[in-house]
Amino acid sequence: MKNLIAEIKKAGIVGRGGAEFPTAMKWEMVKKAKGKPKVVVCNASEGELGIFKDFHILDKFPEKVFEGMRLAMDYLGTKEAYFNLNANYYKKLKRKLDALILKWKKKGYRFHIYQEHPSYIGGEETALLEGIEGHRVQPRLKPPYPGEKGLFGQPTLINNVETFYDVADVADGTFEKKRFFSFSGHVKHAGVFHLPIGISLFQAMQQTDNIPDFDYFVQVGGSASGVVLNKGQLKTNKMTGAGSIEVYPVTLKPRDLLLKWFKFYRDESCGKCTPCREGTFHLYELVKKHDRIPWGEILAIVETMEKTSFCGLGKSIGLPVKSYMQNILNLKTK
Amino acid sequence: MKKTVFFIDNRKVTANEGESVLRAALRHGIEIPHFCYHEDLPIDADCRTCLVEIQPKGKVVTSCDLMPKPGLMVYTNSPLVQKLRRENLELLLADHKKLCTKCNRGLACKTADLMKKYKVSGEKFHRAEIKEPAHKMGTAAEFNPQACISCNKCVEMCHKIGIGFLELTDKGAKSHLTYNKNPKVDCIYCGQCTVHCPVAAVHEQSHIEQVEKALADKGKIVIAQMAPSTRASIGEEFGLKPGTNLEKQMVTALRKLGFDKVFDANMGADITTWVEAEELAHRIKHKGVLPMFTSCCPGWVKFAEFYHPEILKHLTTARSPQIHSGGSYKTWWAKKAGVDPKKIVVVSFMPCTSKKYESTFEKLKIDGMKPVDYVLTTRELGSLLKKHHIDLPRLKPGKLDFEGTYSGAGAIYGATGGVMESALRSAYFFITGKELKKVEFKQVRGMQGVKKATIKIGKKNLKVAVVYLAKNAQKVIAELKKNPKAYDYIEVMACPGGCIGGGGQPIPSTEAIIAERIKGLYKIDDKMNLRKAHLNPVVRDFMLNYIPTLSKKQQAAILHTHYSRKKKFE
Repeated sequence: MKNLIAEIKKAGIVGRGGAEFPTAMKWEMVKKAKGKPKVVVCNASEGELGIFKDFHILDKFPEKVFEGMRLAMDYLGTKEAYFNLNANYYKKLKRKLDALILKWKKKGYRFHIYQEHPSYIGGEETALLEGIEGHRVQPRLKPPYPGEKGLFGQPTLINNVETFYDVADVADGTFEKKRFFSFSGHVKHAGVFHLPIGISLFQAMQQTDNIPDFDYFVQVGGSASGVVLNKGQLKTNKMTGAGSIEVYPVTLKPRDLLLKWFKFYRDESCGKCTPCREGTFHLYELVKKHDRIPWGEILAIVETMEKTSFCGLGKSIGLPVKSYMQNILNLKTK
Repeated sequence: MKKTVFFIDNRKVTANEGESVLRAALRHGIEIPHFCYHEDLPIDADCRTCLVEIQPKGKVVTSCDLMPKPGLMVYTNSPLVQKLRRENLELLLADHKKLCTKCNRGLACKTADLMKKYKVSGEKFHRAEIKEPAHKMGTAAEFNPQACISCNKCVEMCHKIGIGFLELTDKGAKSHLTYNKNPKVDCIYCGQCTVHCPVAAVHEQSHIEQVEKALADKGKIVIAQMAPSTRASIGEEFGLKPGTNLEKQMVTALRKLGFDKVFDANMGADITTWVEAEELAHRIKHKGVLPMFTSCCPGWVKFAEFYHPEILKHLTTARSPQIHSGGSYKTWWAKKAGVDPKKIVVVSFMPCTSKKYESTFEKLKIDGMKPVDYVLTTRELGSLLKKHHIDLPRLKPGKLDFEGTYSGAGAIYGATGGVMESALRSAYFFITGKELKKVEFKQVRGMQGVKKATIKIGKKNLKVAVVYLAKNAQKVIAELKKNPKAYDYIEVMACPGGCIGGGGQPIPSTEAIIAERIKGLYKIDDKMNLRKAHLNPVVRDFMLNYIPTLSKKQQAAILHTHYSRKKKFE
């Protein structure tokens, strides 16, 4: 393909790790960066709750992901690529991936697998670099951005599994403007579906025959950090983040949902910054120790985490908690 | 240099090139609370307490990593900043108040001041239980993982020294300080962790209680001796500028505290210089083992004994200043004064934590007596004085007891290059038999980690090196492996800038502050008539009239030491 970047732009490919950064722009930035050799990293951490589409892609279409990475390597003029791979995934996909690594090695491309101890922070793009380098898995201060100084100080392109899959589709002309949706929770058809990008959440549920026959609400784009919507909001909203819908019955006790989230945040906080390290711990304790949910104290910590955390992990906690309060519980968040 | 003009709380501030908002603020005397910022170490932006509000309204960021743009408006105390900062301080200092009973900082505690100022209870939250027990680094320092706030400063400093003993472990609220389990990595007791811990989670092993007990004991003769560096830095505990010489006020304060005699470790430094310079002259004349390394820094000695036992024969056998003078009090002075040496308690005031470790060595005992009984750091002295409500800077000047008489050579011992310079002033005499006219050796002064010079002494061109930080000692040792004749004499100090940047010094201790303290030391030397150790009348009396009366074995027990390979934690 002559002008892959133009094609990627035209197809509107964006990052599928959740941040939706325009892919072509990211590639161009790494291309322009000084320093050699450049490095390509495929982020297959997938540490969020309710998201399992990267595993699905690596299981069903691993050659596509390699192809997308190979295109990036050629574009950047490098032969070095890493998978930041959830160690549980590697256990299951070892044979397929090892075979492909060998196949590409014969063509001069070096793919390395870093088995990441499964974690949420391990998917943060600078934290994963620390992990591959053998350090404590914690996010780095930016700038410099990975595109300028990434893995071992080299300009590094980090894309999600699905992004590389999309690029391979664009290159061979099969891109259909679809994205992968992970469905979980109280649904009839849990699993991963490839659906058109522009459709509403309601259409997505309809097309997968996942409209519940009970009163429900959903969490979209990650079952820890995603937004919580009531069923009336589904027709006007599209998929966001890393592409997931979890369905909850309205009878779910707020306490149980909060405990699920806060336990996840508590266990996944890397411990680097005060609000997230201590805040996540105390959020869980606050709910656990009180019979009535102390919303005021929770919001004080949530706001502090949202506004002052070091990285996106801590900052992300405001969205689920506040949207749940507003959209489902009809509670004020200020 | 590119300067940037911006505004902090509507006050015009000029940032130097590369300077963050926090650094510029601190330089202008504008207070922004912070725990994980240290100007000589990497920016971590972990503690999230140096918050400021910027445009658009409602945007709150940390100031440690905020680079100012021209005209930037920064607010350090907006209602939103106050609210978020207080919550983060409560989270960071959860259960901190509980630790006060176990801590010796007392009225000298800056965390307590900060908590009071920002209305932080330290009791709002209860932190996660950390299972790891407290760990003692030899007899020098210790850390309490439960008190650790994961700011990472000690870990970074330990790396900067060149050791890598400390590390953070675990994640989330269970994050805490631990130590490297690798049997080939050990702490050298320099205590740089303690002087870089903002909350005393890592701190010196306190001797305050023992010292107070000795002072209260009427049957004891309690002698104080202060290291060269303490007098030029204790003022910082009382808000004075680094480098302010408070020697005379210290004498008064120590007498107020009940010390029977106030001598000076500077006199000990003069003994060390004498013994060491004589040894250097001897090694040169008799083609002994060269290069010779200094050995007055116990951190450096531990480094050599653990990491490089192959070089131990290169270390001078001279004991260190506090041990020399301490030993002299319990022998020479006791005899002179007609007192029972067993009744003497020697207390050193040191900028150092490894001096505590050194004071416990069995091998240094003289007739079963430890030359130094207790060591208090400069910080501990600050705590002790404040506990007794002694406002040091306001005291009338006092005078050292006669046996505390010292030379300018002893006074500069605390600075990097000071030991070298002192030794050269005397070695010149021991080698040539003549007195040196110009005593300054400016080539070995200053804040560079490795300094090299060739100095002509008689017919000999003496090749010298002065290094600080274990990391730099490592480099010199590597260089010697390639070229064994690269140097004749090498001074090594574990800490930045020498003892004056030691682990027992006031907090904060930065390279800029250390440079100011060093100026204070050289000022003392500059003003003195007596600038050579071997001309110090007290030391001459000890070395010429007392030492020769002893058997060789007794002489060695007072003047010399030996070294051996050390195991981890030894």
